[in-house]
Amino acid sequence: MLHLRARPCLSAALLACLGLCLASLWLLVREARAQALVADLSEHLVAITTGFTGTDVVLFGAVDGPGAVALVVQGPEAPVSVRRKGRVAGIWVNTEEMEFDRVPAYYSLALSQTLEEMAPPAVLQRHEIGLDHVRLVPKHPTSAEEVAAFRAALIRNKQRDGLYSTAPQDIVFLGQRLFSTRIHFPANVPTGTYMASVFLIRDGDVVSAQTTPLTVSKIGFSASVSDYAQRYGMVYAVVAILLAVSAGWLAGVIFRKS
Amino acid sequence: MQVYLPIAEISVNALLLLALGGGVGFLSGLFGVGGGFLMTPLLIFIGVPPAVAVGTQANQLVGASVSGVLAHWRRNNVDVRLGSVMLVGGVLGTSFGVWLFGVLQQLGHIDLVISLSYVFFLGTVSLLMLWESVGALIRGRIKAAAPRKLHHHTWLHGLPLKMRFPRSRLYISALLPMLIGFVGGLLVAIMGIGGGFLLVPAMIYILGMPTALVAGTSLFQIIFSTGIAAFLQATSNQTVDVVLAMLLLVGGVIGAQFGTRAGTRLRGEQARALLALMVLAVAAKLAVDLIVRPEDLYSITRPVSP
Repeated sequence: MLHLRARPCLSAALLACLGLCLASLWLLVREARAQALVADLSEHLVAITTGFTGTDVVLFGAVDGPGAVALVVQGPEAPVSVRRKGRVAGIWVNTEEMEFDRVPAYYSLALSQTLEEMAPPAVLQRHEIGLDHVRLVPKHPTSAEEVAAFRAALIRNKQRDGLYSTAPQDIVFLGQRLFSTRIHFPANVPTGTYMASVFLIRDGDVVSAQTTPLTVSKIGFSASVSDYAQRYGMVYAVVAILLAVSAGWLAGVIFRKS
Repeated sequence: MQVYLPIAEISVNALLLLALGGGVGFLSGLFGVGGGFLMTPLLIFIGVPPAVAVGTQANQLVGASVSGVLAHWRRNNVDVRLGSVMLVGGVLGTSFGVWLFGVLQQLGHIDLVISLSYVFFLGTVSLLMLWESVGALIRGRIKAAAPRKLHHHTWLHGLPLKMRFPRSRLYISALLPMLIGFVGGLLVAIMGIGGGFLLVPAMIYILGMPTALVAGTSLFQIIFSTGIAAFLQATSNQTVDVVLAMLLLVGGVIGAQFGTRAGTRLRGEQARALLALMVLAVAAKLAVDLIVRPEDLYSITRPVSP
């Protein structure tokens, strides 16, 4: 009896779901008429669980007419030191250092056209669209040449870690109004609050923009472990050592018999 | 099978970690060294942040040493009295090392100091051991058993605070094992290794301990010095990753048991020559890395607040 009733129930739920999706899309389109640009993420929380290997989040939205769309996702900001090695007495040693104050931990870009076609550099600069335009300011000002070299090195290192996108992702238009794209978060994504900013650009200028927050957070077992390590350092240390001792002891006892 | 490491904040294949632990554990059981000097660079190589590699390694070594000591304990190959005296130095060395680590970190040269001390300690010790053990092997071929002087008298025997160590049949100054323990503790804190590769030859050549007792006694001492280091790292820096440590341990303790068994079939000189070659290879690799121009001259780190 339950089985028989479960099926229509399921299809009803599916229908309702589909209806809800269509309704929200319709709402989006309607809202877009009023607002020029509306966008949202498929998820607002990236949960880092024990099996986490990276994930994709879908951004979808609608515009009220023709124009180019750009998406910038930036991770939490923190100071970063960039060091340069030089040769001292035959070995490579860190000789110079430059500290940047507010460096986004993560930066990715998605575009519906190329940056050059989209807007002049001044506009891109203002909205930090494109890695060349990210605001990276050294703590202690030095010569422009040096800053450029260290800045490029910082971006290069972040790209090597997979945290800054190397090439912009495509934003795909479905028809005239609806668009979507994917944002990839690698396994080593730092935790914190991210900002996904969508820009609608017409005739080389931003006519509408929307920013949506996104949280990257450890969930479940890995969250409890790091939480414990942070808050109860002593208990964590003792437990870790006891675990190690008992594992070693256990192995010793098991192997005596064989 | 990918596993997310909560403190290291990276995702790694669990089977790879088990295999790494097993391989290094086998070698550690075989030679009576902790294997930290192999494991720490390997962990950094697979993407674990260096600070987490050092802290977790200390924790992992506690378990590996317990398991190793048990096997030696059953064969009555642990000199507890001598190990305890070494431990006094070990505690002092670890505490001093943690302080020194902080100072070097502020000066911004901790990576270089770690690399240089690896090259210096590993290089010197391995060359000395290789020289001695190859010599012993060749001599062993020529004469079945070279007559060995039972007792060399050097200035080392003139030091004060003499103590009797009946298990090792030694009557030496307590300062000697304490000093060896101190250096070992220093290495635990700065290099994230148990220091067995240095303790083992020092106990053989400086103290003149019977070779059979050396592995068990050094492991006994390492349990405590790594335990203190793990505690300090976990409480002050939060750099001990329990998940990583456990995965390495499971592989490590099993590997160590097989290693200990294989070790009983190796002659002392053979084991020492093999260990020396392995340590020399690690030192050579690190030396090359210091001399060859790096692919990218620039690197990024989180700034250390003074």
